[in-house]
Amino acid sequence: MSDHDLGTSGRARWAARGTWIAVEALIPLLLLVAWGAWSATANSFYFPPLTDILSSFRTTWLFARFGSDVVPSLLRLFAGYAAAVVVGIPLGALLGLSPLALRTTRPVIEFVRSIPPSALIPFGIVVLGLGNAMKVFVIALACLFPVLLNTVDGVRGIDPVARETSRMYGIGAVDHVRGVVLPAATPRIAAGLRTSLALALTLTVITEMAASTNGIGYFILQAQRSFPIPEMWSGMLLLGLLGYLLNAGFALLERRLLAWHRGARGTG
Amino acid sequence: MSVPLLEVVRLSKTYDAGARTTTALGEVSFWVDRGEFLCIVGPSGCGKTTLLKCMAGLLRPSAGQVRLGQREVVRPPREMALVFQQYERSLYPWMTVRRNVRFPLKHRRLPRVEAGRLVEEAVEAVGLTEFIDHYPWQLSGGMQQRVALARALAYRPEILLMDEPFASVDAQTRAELEDLALRIRRDFGITVVFVTHDIDEAIYLGDRVIVLTPSPARVHEIVTIDLPEPRDQLTTKGAPRFIDLRARLYTAIARWRRPATSATPG
Amino acid sequence: MGLAAILGFLEALSRLGVVDPRSFPPISEDVGALVLQLPDLAFWEAVAATLEGWALGLGVAVALAVPLGILLGSLPPADHALRAVIEFLRPIPSVALIPLAILLYGLGVTSEVFLVAFASFWPLLIQTLYGVRDVDPVALETSRAFGDSWPRRAGRIVLPSALPYLATGLRIASATALILAVTAELIIGSPGLGREIEVARSAGAYSLMYGLIIATGVLGWGLDTVLDRTERQVLHWHPLHRGAEAAS
Repeated sequence: MSDHDLGTSGRARWAARGTWIAVEALIPLLLLVAWGAWSATANSFYFPPLTDILSSFRTTWLFARFGSDVVPSLLRLFAGYAAAVVVGIPLGALLGLSPLALRTTRPVIEFVRSIPPSALIPFGIVVLGLGNAMKVFVIALACLFPVLLNTVDGVRGIDPVARETSRMYGIGAVDHVRGVVLPAATPRIAAGLRTSLALALTLTVITEMAASTNGIGYFILQAQRSFPIPEMWSGMLLLGLLGYLLNAGFALLERRLLAWHRGARGTG
Repeated sequence: MSVPLLEVVRLSKTYDAGARTTTALGEVSFWVDRGEFLCIVGPSGCGKTTLLKCMAGLLRPSAGQVRLGQREVVRPPREMALVFQQYERSLYPWMTVRRNVRFPLKHRRLPRVEAGRLVEEAVEAVGLTEFIDHYPWQLSGGMQQRVALARALAYRPEILLMDEPFASVDAQTRAELEDLALRIRRDFGITVVFVTHDIDEAIYLGDRVIVLTPSPARVHEIVTIDLPEPRDQLTTKGAPRFIDLRARLYTAIARWRRPATSATPG
Repeated sequence: MGLAAILGFLEALSRLGVVDPRSFPPISEDVGALVLQLPDLAFWEAVAATLEGWALGLGVAVALAVPLGILLGSLPPADHALRAVIEFLRPIPSVALIPLAILLYGLGVTSEVFLVAFASFWPLLIQTLYGVRDVDPVALETSRAFGDSWPRRAGRIVLPSALPYLATGLRIASATALILAVTAELIIGSPGLGREIEVARSAGAYSLMYGLIIATGVLGWGLDTVLDRTERQVLHWHPLHRGAEAAS
């Protein structure tokens, strides 16, 4: 958008843009204010005034319980997520490259994938007890599938011309996979990574609710049971914030690393 | 003359899909001289691409062989490079032009400086020096095909195989690319095998033109193009000899064009 | 064939004692335990309870998300502004609402339905939005030129065009719904397969536990297959324009 001619039309365009941005930022703010106003007057036990929630948020999470609950939660989340990625991408690449291997393992993968991850928690408890190992295991197992399947799809979707080009120039299989297959599959893999990240947060909370002595999930369930309701809400708010930040952080990273993909798709 | 650089000896290729057998290539024999610009024309789907891929070592023939010097070609030889028609599928969008062109040099383990020099020379030869750090998708179609060409050039093959490389660009760009191909052959001393369905292009570019029959392809005739060098879009294409040759080739092909019942593969 | 090999392998692992057979009963035993459940009414009640939570929650989500999605998708200014809100609310993990659900609705099915509905709402809304926005503008203009009223346009042009997106949304939402249903049962203890699995575990009946987990998997796979087949049937006429990834 070149506004080299900032005459009246140029200024009008800028004004219009400014309005849109303001509107976009304003609506959430308005909703928050509406919530604040309603909750302050509603006098409901279950929905304490927004101000109470916010002050509870400040006292609880900044930084009293940060170390005792947020850190363990985040550690479990990233450990499980990392495990899923480290296993999922190479395995997915392997299955994507070998139709035989894929066909053989497909039924098992499809089936295990259909099992809701929560149903696997009792299994995890039986095998690994109630500690961190169980949680990380369940998180990793649940996150494995989006990463694995998206990697398989990404690898399989590569144009055969790419393979021929590599063969033509004597590029060996390993270099081909590293230099051509994986970069080409990256957009698809990124989609899987993003889904898995959201899933990781969800599973972290679930596993902590099911069997834990610390963590954000544990906290909000406890708060509900023992009735500090503003604390419960503050925990929920924190989770929402975490979800948003993780997603936004990932989107930012993706934007940088996949700039080439958007460019290529743009010109089509 | 001396021993031909490349020989295609009774090459044929059949595909077996269970009950049905498709013969992509009938029996094809010809040779390629060192330094020549050989064009191969034929109707669409007659197996030109299959032929080229067999020559390049990407496909194993069902019978016959391809010989490079004394050796039989069983896998893509170091001395050959292939430029595909669909440049957008063979260039890598996550690499800049420079890195795309450099990619085939990876396994050669050349010293960095040397590889860099080869890349820059190749890019300059196709006239894209100022775009060397752009991404392929930032360039037009014709420019992208030049990148593919540069990539093949940096590799310094002895033989450059080109599979209808200019079919996907507009007429004007095609004319420029044709002249570029001629220049490259001259400046780099490469032997070129150029597949096309465009008769004018084949005559304009080639020292010899091989005419293939429709599927299953065989060599129908081999025409020597005795047009003067250097070729020029205006004067060469207007020369009476050009028109003669063109008439000759069109007649040969027209014989098969008429029956519309014959499979119009596509 | 590969499946048989893997199953055989797992069976061997357990029977040979490579893994503790108390924690990992052989697959055959697990399946056997499951089969033993089949004539038991209680088992089917549990299945029905899970399906009930799934269906009700999904139904609520559809009833809310689809009209809202069509509305928002058709009004450019509203869409623009609401995008910010959606992008903020969407990443909130639905499980964060479990305590709230318990507070409001107790430990029964209603809590489960609430959670399922909340979680399934988002993919449905977003897919509907995409679907509505992806309608061919030329078709819309033509309809407008012919003087069609808005409801007619919506019904004849927008809805059919957006159906594939809706179908994808429904599949994603369905999987999400099942996950939340089982989760609610596991954590809150609402009746259903999730609760039964936990009960089996705490009772030490591991074969039964695994059997029930398998049953849950079968349920999930079955629901997805049914939806897939139905989708193909209903949309067989549509040029498979299923580019409906709600990615980003």
